Amino acid sequence: MGKIIELDHVDVLYGQFLAVEDVSLTIEPQTVTAFIGPSGCGKSTLLRTINRMHEVIPGARVKGDIRLDGLNLYGDEVDPVAVRRDVGMVFQRPNPFPTMSIRDNVLAGYKLNNDRNSKSEQDDIVESSLKSAHLWKEVKNRLDKPGGGLSGGQQQRLCIARAIAVRPRVLLMDEPTSALDPISTQAIEDLVSQLKNDYTIVIVTHNMQQAARVSDRTAFFNIAGEGEPGKLIEFDDTSVIFSNPTQKNTEDYISGRFG
Amino acid sequence: MTSAPPTMPRLRRGDRIFRGVSVAAGVVILSVLVLVAVFLVFKALPALDPSVHIESTPNGFLAFVGPLVFGTLFSATLALVFATPLSIGIGLFISHYAPRRIASALGYVIDLLAAIPSVVYGLWGIQVFAPFIQPVYQWMSDNWGFLPIFEGPVSGTGRTILTVGVVLAIMILPIMSALAREVFLQTPRLHEEAALALGATRWEMIHMAVLPFARSGLLSAAMLGLGRALGETMAVAMVLSPAAAVSFKLLTSENPSTIASTIALDFPEASGLDVNALIAAGLVLFAITMVVNSFARAIVTRQRVKMGEN
Repeated sequence: MGKIIELDHVDVLYGQFLAVEDVSLTIEPQTVTAFIGPSGCGKSTLLRTINRMHEVIPGARVKGDIRLDGLNLYGDEVDPVAVRRDVGMVFQRPNPFPTMSIRDNVLAGYKLNNDRNSKSEQDDIVESSLKSAHLWKEVKNRLDKPGGGLSGGQQQRLCIARAIAVRPRVLLMDEPTSALDPISTQAIEDLVSQLKNDYTIVIVTHNMQQAARVSDRTAFFNIAGEGEPGKLIEFDDTSVIFSNPTQKNTEDYISGRFG
Repeated sequence: MTSAPPTMPRLRRGDRIFRGVSVAAGVVILSVLVLVAVFLVFKALPALDPSVHIESTPNGFLAFVGPLVFGTLFSATLALVFATPLSIGIGLFISHYAPRRIASALGYVIDLLAAIPSVVYGLWGIQVFAPFIQPVYQWMSDNWGFLPIFEGPVSGTGRTILTVGVVLAIMILPIMSALAREVFLQTPRLHEEAALALGATRWEMIHMAVLPFARSGLLSAAMLGLGRALGETMAVAMVLSPAAAVSFKLLTSENPSTIASTIALDFPEASGLDVNALIAAGLVLFAITMVVNSFARAIVTRQRVKMGEN
């Protein structure tokens, strides 16, 4: 089941450059939370701190606490590898492993933890993950074909299947539909609404309609100007953000006055 | 006055000059290749005639060149066996493990290895490495002698085909590890992050994303190394104590010689048809190298098609 995520006075830095400043917010389990805001406001950067992918970039670091069901992800004894097995991620561009078959792609992360499983257990995982990702019917007869041969939308759903095969508690999605056509986008959005029954989902999106369609809560981020850090402006129920925001800045962005 | 139909502007002068220069460069390289091949074939033909007797090839040309082909392939393969894992390790260390400052310093040092002349490697092989390794050979033969390749009697000087293999491996290491590093660095970030986000450790990430991506590049690096080892002359000529033998034994003084080193050693003494026989051996080496290279090219192209645009 999903876990609660608490961000407590989080600063994100690239070397000396402060990219995101002082964000505190609480994400409830089994909800979809959307991060919206103009380009460069730090929403993707912040998302990547929740599974410690941020620190893959040299010089990148985080101040403040991020807690998953009360456990501080940035505690001294916490292994980032273990965090990433609990917090899955889907990227902006579909990135299946090109040399692996569809089946091996789904099992790629799963096998890291369970390498002694029988073939039938693996078959079950492949089937259930692909079904959860709404991809099973389309690929069940060609599981041994390479994942790179699928369409963009199918590849992205394959990546979602790969992420949920690891059985994470949280699913982070970094603009998962920005490289997809409208029909594939629709498929992914339907999937998100289904997946929230089992996972806590955080989705970064450039598309405000998408945030309005899929999310329960919305966080709006903005920057004061070039070189300034991104800040959380407003965080509320999605219906409130889109109908009756308290901040002028949010209203201007929602109504398309900038961004 | 007749009204000419409007025409497209002609190519600019700079473009025409540049095209001329690049076409000329292409023609030069092709014609050099053709000229070398023609020279080799013409000079080799007399030695290939079975009816003439040549002093250095009393049993015919094939009996002469056969052991040399074997020695050439064997020593180059040994070099590749040592150099391939090492260069993959070095490439991975520089691209994915070492702190940035150490990585660039190390890359520079490895490039320096490529700048050492092969005569120097030869001297080092005779003076330093062979005497140093000889007791090890003795030990290997005493303990593992039941395996045919380690069978004695062990060479007293250490100047065996195995020593040549190691020296050749060191010589091809710079180019191979430089290529491996380049290939590893080109792994798409997207694939690396995909693996990491699934909870892969660094090694698991390399295994999942970097190595599959690098496979064709590593193959061409190995083939390039093989090509160099096949043609290496000076170091082999200096280090090896040859005895036109066809033998897989690594530690004895009965070692197969290589084509290039035989040409270098025998040419000064050769006269008449002996020269033609040596040139014919050179032609064989030329053919082997060409086959290796085109084989590598074919593999790389096929891999690239398979990987698609990823």
